[in-house]
Amino acid sequence: MANSIEVKNIDAGYGSVKVLHSVSIDVQDGETVVILGSNGNGKSTLIKCITGILAPSAGEIILKLDGQEIDLIGKKPEEIVELGISLVPEGRRLFPSLTVEENLMLGAYKESARVNIEDNLDMVYEAFPVLKERSRQAAGSMSGGEQQMLAIGRALMSEPKILLVDEPSVGLAPIFVSRTIAKIKELKEQKNLTVLMAEQNFNQAVKVADRGYVIVHGQIEFEGKDAESLSNNEMIKQYYLGL
Amino acid sequence: MKINGFWIGVLIVLALGYAFTFFVDNEFYFFAVYVVLQGLIMAVAWNVLGGFTGYVNFGSAGFFAVGVYTSIALNKAFALPLPLIIVASACICGLIGLGTGYLTLRLKGVYFAIATLAMAIVFETVANNWEYVGGAAGTYVLQPENSFFFDSYVEFLFMVMVILAVFATALSRYLSISKIGQGLAAIRDDETAAECMGVPTLRLKLISASIMGGLMGIAGAPFPFFISFVDPLSAFSLLIAVNAIAMPMIGGTAYWYGPVIGALLLGTIQEITTVTISSELNLLVVGSLLVAFITLAPQGIAGLIHDLKNGRQKAKDKSHG
Repeated sequence: MANSIEVKNIDAGYGSVKVLHSVSIDVQDGETVVILGSNGNGKSTLIKCITGILAPSAGEIILKLDGQEIDLIGKKPEEIVELGISLVPEGRRLFPSLTVEENLMLGAYKESARVNIEDNLDMVYEAFPVLKERSRQAAGSMSGGEQQMLAIGRALMSEPKILLVDEPSVGLAPIFVSRTIAKIKELKEQKNLTVLMAEQNFNQAVKVADRGYVIVHGQIEFEGKDAESLSNNEMIKQYYLGL
Repeated sequence: MKINGFWIGVLIVLALGYAFTFFVDNEFYFFAVYVVLQGLIMAVAWNVLGGFTGYVNFGSAGFFAVGVYTSIALNKAFALPLPLIIVASACICGLIGLGTGYLTLRLKGVYFAIATLAMAIVFETVANNWEYVGGAAGTYVLQPENSFFFDSYVEFLFMVMVILAVFATALSRYLSISKIGQGLAAIRDDETAAECMGVPTLRLKLISASIMGGLMGIAGAPFPFFISFVDPLSAFSLLIAVNAIAMPMIGGTAYWYGPVIGALLLGTIQEITTVTISSELNLLVVGSLLVAFITLAPQGIAGLIHDLKNGRQKAKDKSHG
């Protein structure tokens, strides 16, 4: 049961604007890998390429699923979700006028997730009791922290093997940032997930990271083999903390 | 429980419609109800794309006209019976819905609305220049002799319309409560997020555009037999086009019953205005109601009902919890 993603030398951008320049990263089975970088350096663009929302202009993205190699480039987002990759989007991107429960149901839109939909709903409600209390409330009427919980719950409804999390800290109060990050770690261990997280909140991200990359102007500037090497790196200190 | 309720309602409506043809002699009522039901089918059709999916469409009444002209052409060429003509119109308008959907559905918001408006103008230009179906001068369509089991052809048309209205409502209800409807609601709220969640957005939008077209087509197919004389001005009438949008807006676009309520309400008010005051006032009535609803109840009547129900549910939850 080994699942991994390998991104090899991808270029991507929007129209004539190139954002990613030959980016290579990999995420191995059971790891939590973080991509660190401040705004506008290409974190979300990289995530968009993996989810199939944006087609890279060069390079390859290989998903290894139980020994099988699948090229993700050219696949539609719904096919990629079907393969077991699920996204917690940046800024949560909930369906604001739909209820909490309807949002969760939409997380399980793919055929294979329909079978266990009731069990998974219970699982999410157990992980986030506040969502159960508010199951009939419109998602847009909840607080930012609750919305983030819902976004994570919605992503889990598709029974992912690999969870992509794009900037979970955006727009959240500091207390909710650390709660969210802790929750992701807890769920990852509980469900044996492989996690790729893009984040600019360095201090929070290194708490859960097994490994990480620093992306600057669309290029991987640094690869940290473990959390230690990330937190003790001079370049990162300079870049992030202004030390 | 709910399913049973709906289908019992369907049976009652069909039975009432049939009884109506027995007990009512004044033909005016058949004409009046026909017009209301035509509005209902169009409102339901518009809502499948404009309400469920959130793609506000100004040209969908153009599909009604395509249905009208398909019907004229098929009648002239093959003199097919009406039920066959309706099925054929539904298929042709559905296919045109699919094709134009493929061309326009990658546009969003205002751009989509304008593209659909342009499309309706293209349809009208074609109708104006297609001599076979009367061109700009229009054409007469004779009602066939055979009115099946009914006393007059108008009664037959009335019953056909009752059945079509029930069919359109049932289809739109099925869509809204099915998985497809969930996907459409997700597209309406946030299309990119829907795509990320694995909702096949393009496929669902095309399904929705085809159904919109097909239902508009069935609303239009009986029309030439109903008014006997069709020219592009009557088929592409402003009132018909505006009604198709105003009815769902007033009724509430997010729910399947919204356009039904809106059409019954607005359609009936219009018929009463026509008889008691003047038919010229119709557009004014639509306009004022639309302004009133958009300012006071932007979610329409169905939205109000839904809020009331929810409020009651919350109170219930509280007393239990």
